[in-house]
Formats: sequence, structure tokens, C-alpha cells
Amino acid sequence: MKNTLRQVFRSPNFVIGFVIFVALLLVVIVYPLIIPAAPLEIIGQGTFFPPGIYVNVFDTIGSPAYTLNLANAATKRIDAKLTNDARSQMKEWLVADGIPASKIDTTNSAALMALWTKNYDPNKSFSGMTFAKQRAYQRLDASLKGILGTTGVSIATKDPTTGVLTETGNIQQSDYANISQVSNVRVLPLGTDNFGRDVLTELVKAASVSLEIGVVAGIIATLIGLTLGLLAGYIGGMVDDIITFFTNIFTVIPSFVLLILISFSIGQDKRGAVTIAIVIGLTSWVWTARAVRSQVFSLRNRDHVNLSKLSGHSILRIIVSDILPYIASYVVMALILQISSAILAEAGLSILGLGPRTTEVPTLGLMMNWAMIYQAEILGDWWAYFPVLLTIALITFSMNLMNTGLDQVFNPALRS
Amino acid sequence: MGFTRPIPPYTFSHIPTDHNLLLLRGGAALKGYWKYFLNKLMWFLITFVFAVILNFILPRLMPGDPVAAIVARLARGMANTTGLTKVYQQYETLFGTNQPMIVQFFLYVRNAVHGNFGVSFSQYPRTVADVIGSSIWWTICLQFPAIIVGWIIGNVLGAIAAYVKGGFDRILMPVSIFISNLPAFGMAIILLVIFAVNLKWFPTSGGYGFDLIPSFTWTFLWSVIVHYQLPFWSIVLIAIGGQAIGMRSMSIYELNADYVKYSRFLGIQDSKIIGYVFRNAMLPQVTGLALSIGTMVGGALVAEIIFNYPGLGFTLLNAVLGQDYPLISAATLIVTVMVLSANFIIEILYGIIDPRIRASQSD
Repeated sequence: MKNTLRQVFRSPNFVIGFVIFVALLLVVIVYPLIIPAAPLEIIGQGTFFPPGIYVNVFDTIGSPAYTLNLANAATKRIDAKLTNDARSQMKEWLVADGIPASKIDTTNSAALMALWTKNYDPNKSFSGMTFAKQRAYQRLDASLKGILGTTGVSIATKDPTTGVLTETGNIQQSDYANISQVSNVRVLPLGTDNFGRDVLTELVKAASVSLEIGVVAGIIATLIGLTLGLLAGYIGGMVDDIITFFTNIFTVIPSFVLLILISFSIGQDKRGAVTIAIVIGLTSWVWTARAVRSQVFSLRNRDHVNLSKLSGHSILRIIVSDILPYIASYVVMALILQISSAILAEAGLSILGLGPRTTEVPTLGLMMNWAMIYQAEILGDWWAYFPVLLTIALITFSMNLMNTGLDQVFNPALRS
Repeated sequence: MGFTRPIPPYTFSHIPTDHNLLLLRGGAALKGYWKYFLNKLMWFLITFVFAVILNFILPRLMPGDPVAAIVARLARGMANTTGLTKVYQQYETLFGTNQPMIVQFFLYVRNAVHGNFGVSFSQYPRTVADVIGSSIWWTICLQFPAIIVGWIIGNVLGAIAAYVKGGFDRILMPVSIFISNLPAFGMAIILLVIFAVNLKWFPTSGGYGFDLIPSFTWTFLWSVIVHYQLPFWSIVLIAIGGQAIGMRSMSIYELNADYVKYSRFLGIQDSKIIGYVFRNAMLPQVTGLALSIGTMVGGALVAEIIFNYPGLGFTLLNAVLGQDYPLISAATLIVTVMVLSANFIIEILYGIIDPRIRASQSD
């Protein structure tokens, strides 16, 4: 046993897979201890806030101001306010006004602004320019007003009875707040999803639920497959014929069809994560049963098994002590594959809208489903689906690597 | 692949198989093949009957009254009262819900044989047969070419990796393992984001341009071809990964077999030996395809959803969203029939390719 383990951990494939898997597991376990927020709590009003550090604007005004004179602050400010869209619109107007396109450099914000303020006339209209377009330019011009200004912004509070505004503060362009002195800062490393929930917290919870689904489904499938395989392979005869008959049938009838039918029939309200796991487990035992059967078949006439039989040992004892040790490694490999395919099965079902009911826990499949329904991929909101996809791929990849590693250890023919 | 994946053959490749004992017995070959064919045909029919029974019985085994549930869903989903009563009446006569289970079953079979699956709840007044009929060809034309192309490329790459080894193998293997672990919908999303959203080379969704009416014009055909590319390649890439791994293992196993060493010892040309080796390694891959085609179709159905491709996957999604029981039931039945038929065809072809089938069956 010890020797086998040492051998297993010498296989690079297994070690890489194992390390990835353990790292994922650690994150899933440790993260909720550090950040105990509820994974499905809706914090954002609106959909798909991009990843970043969110600083409370109100608290920033109240926090002590520090004056820093940084040389490129003004340029940065203008650069940020002038969107690419605005730049090309400005160029369009200027070209129509007769300025040669080669003289307009849209990357140099200061020069572009200078050119714009010098030439733009809101009342000017060119032939072929619609009224709407003219108004669009006027709006653009209005939004650009003050972009070059150097004065600060006044803060005023409204008197609740009279409605009169009184200035209570003034923010200069060179004022800075120290982020550690702002009382409310929330880091959203992966932004928010379509419901305004923190994607990272949700993802960690989803990964743990999906792993649970995978493990429960994998264990159920492996137990059923192992039992049927042992019965068919060891007892043989009628039992074997009947079990083989059903195994043959269920190998060809696609299991996802059964999954869809059962999940739909259970109904949305009764579909919890555990139910889905059980359903997946019940529909995916076939491959284990086949493999175990053929293994046991080749084992049952070995000398040591015959000796055991002659010694009058019970069937259960023969199976446990003379057959199971020989197939244990393959059962473990089958279990690993069952877990990873169960995770994929859950994801597939959820994308079809047949996953666990959505109010309690997130799963990786459900997160994919939500992102797809709200078209995150079309909108370019990568943080809503890409981390989920990566997590799924990493889980299944690590498990298959472990499996390949085990295969190479127990099956020397594959070592190159 | 989105759904439960079969344990690939390479996982258990140590199991002794008899495919090195290549015995050719020409005489009774044809008779042997007929036996094989009839055996497979019988299994096809048995599984078919089972599939139909399961399709009928699974939704009815669930706790609670399915009829009441369906009617409740119906009442919630539809505002059109005339449509509602019509569907309800149709449902009653069609499924004979007041009669015993066995009568219901024969009613179900009779209707299915006539292609009468009732009226769709979610797409009233279209019939289920009409909805399925308009989507099935998209799925067939997308999936089967993609799976076959992926299978061929995967096998070629796997064989090359096994033979060349070294750097090619070391790069191809991890990449293949990683790709084959990506669910099919994941590959679909990645291709979609790169080639449709960012590079804008291909359209993001649909089977043809939204402004076109299906017809035999060049614009329409071109639009179909352009829309076809991304779904097609996402399925192909996934298939390549899995097949390459399997073929590599099989080829390595064969390359180390005694008959190869013996042939080398006899001084038979290397190229000739390799021809035999890959032919032998290929045969389990054909069975592997037969066994995994169901899973591949399942994964590809989900990939269709990502591209809003107007095939069965998309229909299934709409049926689930619309709580459209008759449509789901019919769609799953059709998918099962497709998979069973594909499986049957592959096994028949396998019997033709593999001489041992004829030899062993004639004993």
C-alpha cells in the first residue's frame, strides 16, 4: 500500500492533477472562513458591474483631503473622459468643417480639445447632416465643457424645509483621499453578476456545491456499478445474463435523455442539489458496471480465488478479500471519472434550465445558465462566465490528470 | 461534453482483449456476418422498445399527478382561452389520461408511429411534429459531420503522437486532455467570444441571417455556411481531444505487442507493420465511437444552445423554458432514436471492417 502510494506520487501527471485539485479544495474551504458573506446576497443594483475596487463616493467626500500635485493628473482626467467614441465623433465634425484629417490626432487629447474648442460652432450645419446628428454634436460639446477647467466642485446640502442650497465644502482637482481612511470600500475581484451578486463569493460556493454534487453522484454511480459488476462477474449464469442485458441497453440509451426526462418530471420546486446528484448517479453507473464485470470475470478463476472457494469461504468474503483488492485501483479511477463527469452533467442540465432550483445555492452550471440567459458573452462581460468555465475545466482537468497518472502507474504498457 | 461521459476505453486498456489473435477464416465469413448483423438488429430493436417504454414511463412514475401538473402549467402559461381549451381537449384524447396505464401506453405508441405527438404548449398552434420536423435537420446536418470529422482528425493525431512520441506527443497530450475536459458548451462559448464577438468574423447566433427567408438562393446558402462554422468547429475540437487520447493509448499498446516485435524480427518493412498496427488500434476506436456517440450528441445539443442554433438542443431549451411537456417528450424520443440508429449503423460498419467478427461468429 505504502509502496503503491509512493509510486502514484511519483507520476508527474497525478501530482499536477492532485496539486490543482487540492488547491481548488483549499480555496473552497478557506475562502468562506475569511469572507463569510452570503453567496446569493444581492448587493449591486444593476447588472454586471465590472471587476474592481468599489470606493464609497459619499464617504470619500467626508474623509480627510490631501493635496498632491501630480504632473500628469490633468491629462489623465481628460483622457478618461474623452471616450474613443467621442474622439471619432469630434474628428468627424472637424473633417466636415474642412480641417484635413491628417492634421487631427485623436490620440493626443490636449491637442484635440484645443482644436475642438477653437473650431466648433453649435449652430453650424453641413449639407447632408441630419438635425439629430447636429443635436448629438451639441450634446457632445456640452459634455466636454468644463473638461479643461481647473476649478473644483462645490458640495452643497439642501435645507429640508426651504430647499435652499448652502455650500458645505469644496473639492479641488488636486484633492486626494487615502483609501484606508474611507470607511466603505468593497473589493469585487470578479465584479457582479446579472442579479448584482458578488461573482467571486458566488463562484466559490458554486464550486463547493458542484463538487458535492459530483462526489454524491460519483459515489452512488460507483456503488451501483460495483455491486452489479461484482454480481454479474462473480456469480455469472442467469444473474450475469440479466445484468448484462440491462447494462447493454443502458449503454446505448443516452443517459442525458434519461436525465432530462427525470429532472423535468421531478419539477422545479422539488429539484434540490442533492436530488440532482442522486438522479445523475442513478443514470451513470453503466460504465463502471461493465468495466468491473469484465475485470471480475478474468479474476474469478484465478488460483487464489479457487483456493478460497475450496476452503469454504463465503461469497462475500471471497469478494471482499480476494477480488476487491485486485480491482480497487480501477474502481478508484472509475470513481474519479464519475465525479468529473457528474459535474459536467450538472452543468449541462442547468444550461438547459433543468438544474437545481435557483433560490438556495449556486452551482457552476446555474452560474453558466444565468450568464447565458443574460447574454454575458455577447455583452463582453467576461467575468460572469469565464471564471466559471475555467473552474469547471480545472476541476475536470485535474481529475482526469490524476486518472491518467493512476492509469500509467497501474498499467505499465502505457508508460512511454 | 456536457453530459455523463463514458469511461473511455483507454482507462481499462489493460483488460486483455483478443484482438491480437487475428484469425482469418474466409469460408464461413458471410454466414458469420449475417449472424452478427441479426444479433445487432435484435439488440437495436430491444433497446428501441426499452427506450420508448422509458420515455413513456419515466414522467409518469414521478410522485404527484402529472396530468394535474401539466394542466396547472398550461393554465399558468397561456392567456389564449380558446387555445387553452383546445390544447386541453387534445391532450385528453391524445394521451387518454383517464384510462389505465397499459391502454395509455398503446395509445402513446400508436400516436408516435403516426408521428402524432400532439400540439405544442409553448408554440401553440404548431404541432410538436412540425416543431421537431423543422429543427431535426439542423441538428443532423450539424452534429454527424462534426463528430465524424472530429473522430478522424483525433485518430490521426493520436496515431502520430504514439508513433512520433517526443515533443509532438508532449504538447499534444496535455492540450488534448485539457480540451477534452472542457465541456462542449465551454468550447462553444470560447469560440463565440473570440471569433464572433471580438473578431466579428462569424455571426453570434442563429442558423442563418435573421433577415433571410429559407430558400435555395446563394445568399441564403452562404449565410447558412457562415453560421455553420462556429458550432461545427466547437463540436469537432471537443471530439478531437477525446479521440486523440484514446487512439494514442491504443496505438502505444499495439506498438508494444508481440506481433510487432516478431514482424520486426522477421524483417518486414516498418511502414507495413505500422499499417497493421494502426488498423488494429483503429478498431476499438470504432466501437468507442459507437459507445460514446450518445454522450457526444448530448454535449453538442448544449453547444447548439450557446449559438441559438435552430436545432433540437435549442428546441429542447425552449420546451423546458415553456414547460412544454409534449415537446420535451417528443424531442427526447427523437434524440434517442437518432443515437440508437447511429450506434446501429456504426456497429454494422464495424462488422464489415473487422474480419474477426465474421470469424468468431461462425464458430
